[in-house]
Amino acid sequence: MREITYAQAGVEAVAEEMRADPRIFYMSTDPIMPLVKEFGEKRVKATPIAEAALTGISIGAAGSGYRPIMDWRQVTFSFVAMDQIVNQAAKIHYMFGGQRTFPILYRANVGGGTRLAAQHCQCPYSMFMNLSGLKMFLPSTPYDLKGLLKTAIRDNNPVISFESNRLLASKGPVPEEDYAIPLGVADIKRKGSDVTVVAIAWLVHEALAAAEELAKSGISVEVVDPRTLVPLDAEAIRASVRKTGRLVIADEAGPTAGFSAEVAAVVTEDPATFAGLKAPVRRVCALNVPIPYSPQLEDHVFPDRKRIIAGIRDVLDGARPARSA
Amino acid sequence: MNLSPDKQREMLRQMLTIRRFEERASADYHAGKIYGVVHCYIGEEAVAVGVCSALETGDQIISTHRGHGHCIAKGADLNRMMAELYGRQGGYCKGKGGSMHIADFGIGMLGANGIVAGGISIVTGAGLAAQMDGNERVAVSFFGDGASNAGPFHECLNIAAAWKLPMLYICENNMYAAQTAAAATHAMPDVAGRAAGYGIPGIVVDGNDIFAVYQAAARAVVRARAGEGPTLIECKTYRWRAHTERVGQPDFRTPGEIESWKAKDPITRLSAQLIAQGSMTDADAKAMDDEVQASIAASVAFAEASPFPTPEQALDDMYAA
Ligand SMILES: Cc1ncc(C[n+]2csc(CCOP(=O)(O)OP(=O)(O)O)c2C)c(N)n1
Ligand SMILES: [Mg+2]
Repeated sequence: MREITYAQAGVEAVAEEMRADPRIFYMSTDPIMPLVKEFGEKRVKATPIAEAALTGISIGAAGSGYRPIMDWRQVTFSFVAMDQIVNQAAKIHYMFGGQRTFPILYRANVGGGTRLAAQHCQCPYSMFMNLSGLKMFLPSTPYDLKGLLKTAIRDNNPVISFESNRLLASKGPVPEEDYAIPLGVADIKRKGSDVTVVAIAWLVHEALAAAEELAKSGISVEVVDPRTLVPLDAEAIRASVRKTGRLVIADEAGPTAGFSAEVAAVVTEDPATFAGLKAPVRRVCALNVPIPYSPQLEDHVFPDRKRIIAGIRDVLDGARPARSA
Repeated sequence: MNLSPDKQREMLRQMLTIRRFEERASADYHAGKIYGVVHCYIGEEAVAVGVCSALETGDQIISTHRGHGHCIAKGADLNRMMAELYGRQGGYCKGKGGSMHIADFGIGMLGANGIVAGGISIVTGAGLAAQMDGNERVAVSFFGDGASNAGPFHECLNIAAAWKLPMLYICENNMYAAQTAAAATHAMPDVAGRAAGYGIPGIVVDGNDIFAVYQAAARAVVRARAGEGPTLIECKTYRWRAHTERVGQPDFRTPGEIESWKAKDPITRLSAQLIAQGSMTDADAKAMDDEVQASIAASVAFAEASPFPTPEQALDDMYAA
């Protein structure tokens, strides 16, 4: 199968859907040139730097029959539009009794590795997960990104596509034929029997590397990639943990009230899964600081395959207390 | 301006409907039948009715926390409005919205909004949709003097001007944002003056003169439909009642100021005009009021007959299919 990058997969998904549906249009303060070329400046709008207005404009256009895509670029820039996201987009369908549908795709890059320091390296998706009314995903491969984006663009609700900065240039197999991946379905990226690692985005690849390394010493690691954050495929995660009896959660965000906390909760609150646990759940997350600039600092703050390996060894040992962070 | 006597009487009827609806909503709020909060529009009726009288079906508006007037002026059903205030299944939002979140997308009323300036960008998106449709529809944003100091107002005016969106931005300057006087928070006394910064017309009108409001809106609608872009219209007006109906709220406005604005009642003014020009008699005016009162009573009866939502319905309408 041909290989394309994560970034190309995103462009392809949007372009294919825009070809199929004239009601889709794209707004960004910095539009993607291949899209402008193909669809023109009317459908791919270069906007003023006014994310608050544009995030709200997307809602009004969606309620009037269009299917807007608003590209926030870095998730960083979505914060000036918090009212439009939190008070408006997330609630408008429910609050008005389901009178209209609001098909909107918001795109946001997240994660570190870019040496861009605190404001441009962040993973705040759990802030959005906490809002009832939005769907969202964070894929780890070009294949998953394209398939999920296509589903999201066809969905009749506001959906946020979080896309990993670290993976933009990474390549992977993507078929030429049309396909879509449903929201809310996890993917087992590697089968194993001793321990489950639930990881997202870049850390899926780090977890796979960790699994490869540990296989040499006879440790069998299962890597579960939920792909979608809301709705979360809790059942796939629980099923894996029931099989292995051990869980490590790897997330590029900090641990506090994060994605990792949610996964730990859905696993431990299920009686059958809880009963099958052979060790405490272990989280491998970023340290709780804004992301610093210097590579020595940034690389220390983010988790990586080494810390995932350490986490796996901890749950296999069972008794060792969780380290801070 | 050639408004037929029928249309002028209809404008009076709508203003009266807003007034009577809110008198009842206020009374029922204080009687404990309506919950949370109610913001009354009484005194400002000429703005909503004057502007909406210049619109066609298919044009879209968005409202504020003070939204009953805009709903009624756009043609909303009183029964479903009252049922929403009563928190009933038969309400516009099935009891999920209440006073601050009434919407009727079917008539182009994109919702009241609990966030000051929260609706401005949404309705600008409706204006963008109208432009892309090429159907000569316009979109209208109602907002307060307080909202004109918030970021989305400025972002949206710039975008609408740059893209020549078919928009009317209607600032209802009632001189206060809650307890805070506009005089203390605005860099310039006229909000309309800010239009110059976006290269669009900015017009100040007497918001208690329904014909002045209508005329300004009608001109702005022509401009918008012609693809010439947005207009900012500032309607100087006044709310008679406190910011909200909540009990024990401070109101620093002087009785003299309030009385002086009551003397400029837009409803008395229009009905006197209609009687003076022979478009109706005192008896007609009385009959109109009786009919309006009956429609309000009917809306209350409808609301009371409508069941409360069942607890399980809290989970309905989470996501669209
Ligand atoms: C962003 C935001 N800040 C504060 C409030 C609380 N609040 C509700 S109404 C209001 C005053 C609004 O004044 P204005 O825009 O002039 O409208 P008016 O009430 O006079 O019609 C305030 C401060 C709010 N709802 N939203
Ligand atoms: Mg005000």
